[in-house]
Amino acid sequence: MPATKLSKTAAHDHASRVFDLDQMSLRELNQALHNLAPGSNETAWEVLNPKGNHSVAVGVDQPVTIDVRGSVGYYCGGMNSGSAITVHGSAGPGVGENMMSGSITVKGDASQYAGATGKGGLLVIEGNASSRCGISMKGIDIVVHGNIGHMSAFMAQSGNLVVLGDAGDALGDSIYEARLFVRGKVDSLGADCIAKEMRAEHLELLQGLLDRAGVTGVKPSDFKRYGSARTLYNFNIDNADAY
Amino acid sequence: MCGIVGLFLKDKSLEPQLGSMLSQMLISLSDRGPDSAGIAIYGAPSRNEAKITIQSAKPERDFRGLEAELAKAIGTPVTITVKSTHAVLRTTPAKIDEAREAIQALRPDIRIMGAGDVVEIYKEVGLPEAVVDRFDVRSMTGTHGIGHTRMATESAVTTMGAHPFSTGADQCLVHNGSLSNHNNVRRELIREGMTFETENDTEVAAAYLSSQMAHGKNLGEALEGTLSDLDGFFTFVVGTKNGFGVVRDPIACKPAVMAETDQYVAFGSEYRALTKLPGIDNARVWEPEPATVYFWEH
Repeated sequence: MPATKLSKTAAHDHASRVFDLDQMSLRELNQALHNLAPGSNETAWEVLNPKGNHSVAVGVDQPVTIDVRGSVGYYCGGMNSGSAITVHGSAGPGVGENMMSGSITVKGDASQYAGATGKGGLLVIEGNASSRCGISMKGIDIVVHGNIGHMSAFMAQSGNLVVLGDAGDALGDSIYEARLFVRGKVDSLGADCIAKEMRAEHLELLQGLLDRAGVTGVKPSDFKRYGSARTLYNFNIDNADAY
Repeated sequence: MCGIVGLFLKDKSLEPQLGSMLSQMLISLSDRGPDSAGIAIYGAPSRNEAKITIQSAKPERDFRGLEAELAKAIGTPVTITVKSTHAVLRTTPAKIDEAREAIQALRPDIRIMGAGDVVEIYKEVGLPEAVVDRFDVRSMTGTHGIGHTRMATESAVTTMGAHPFSTGADQCLVHNGSLSNHNNVRRELIREGMTFETENDTEVAAAYLSSQMAHGKNLGEALEGTLSDLDGFFTFVVGTKNGFGVVRDPIACKPAVMAETDQYVAFGSEYRALTKLPGIDNARVWEPEPATVYFWEH
């Protein structure tokens, strides 16, 4: 890797590395991130000119911060484990897919299946997310400031999806134990997804999620909670029409 | 997979760059479809000539002398501009239908890619960059255009299976997705008298739109009809003589991003197709909604 293309900021205790994707390849960026050893001082990373590239900062497993200056394509931050990624732009399909821990913040909008299959960590979309947001989520927390598209939280297993705006059609279709909180209107609920009572424990949980996502001026009591009616867990011939 | 692009210029000062802008957009999506690529460019209208874009697997044989033979057959002057396997024939607008028939009689192996007052269509097997170079697309000027790079799913990888498909004067369509009821729709359209060149599902979508517009619908209304009459996955980008439209099926699996500024409206399967457009950093960028028709007309 040509060291001359990396800049180190000596002014800080912790070195900052800047990767310009107009000058270097995506593979070089991701390899450098994967080469990080535990305890590395290179804790602040900046990625310039992402220009819709796919797989930016996929598979990072160290607690570094990564600021991506622009919009990214598919799968940004996929499989993230512990890093804090901020996309200063919009994200293409599959942002934070299968995230394990850490956080990803998208300042703009996110395309289809944001946070799909995520097992942990926090995904914040400051704009809108399109269809299938949180599909098959398995423990991730997702906070969307705007709206989400149709078929969101399809087969969602666990974790929390918080939507400050509206949700599209078929929210939570075939949902298991994920919790869905929507402040605006829901176009329609999917099979086996129902509105549920917002109890004190849920208000507390939701306040915690809003705090973690840096959302202020929004009350947990403004949201409705949705979850599983638990009628599709085991096959029952009387439910055949619902499949 | 497939990659599709579209560019509709509002600012006339960009018209000389249409070919280069659209070429760059299409090349950026090469890894969405390496089989074949194509582009349709809508050039400046001319009051006294219309165009037919033709293609031949043996251009040296088929294009030689065609200009004179066709002029004689239809009794009107014809000019020909050859670009590799394609050629654009120009003649008086009133003679276009007659010319199409005469071409088929004079050179049975020639395929007609499209015809109209302004459209030119170029498509071939190969990567987008090779196709763009072969037809010198970068130097083309125009008001709007659409392009496609193909990863075949529904029919063979051939020149005729590449997009855009044109089934009406100055009308053409590119498609990302696959249709499941195209055989039925094709049969219905054949009964109406439409003809098909291929077994391809996208040609059916193009013909469906041509049929709807022939029945008096405008582009927006015709696109609206695809939502109820076509079954399958689709993101369509469509060009007409003065218009440009986009529609996605209600499930909207196939990706789509649009950008609009005072200078243009642009479409790409992915954002990276749009990153080199002028003023993109300040453009309004959005994903077209499922089952929603978008169209612009000059």
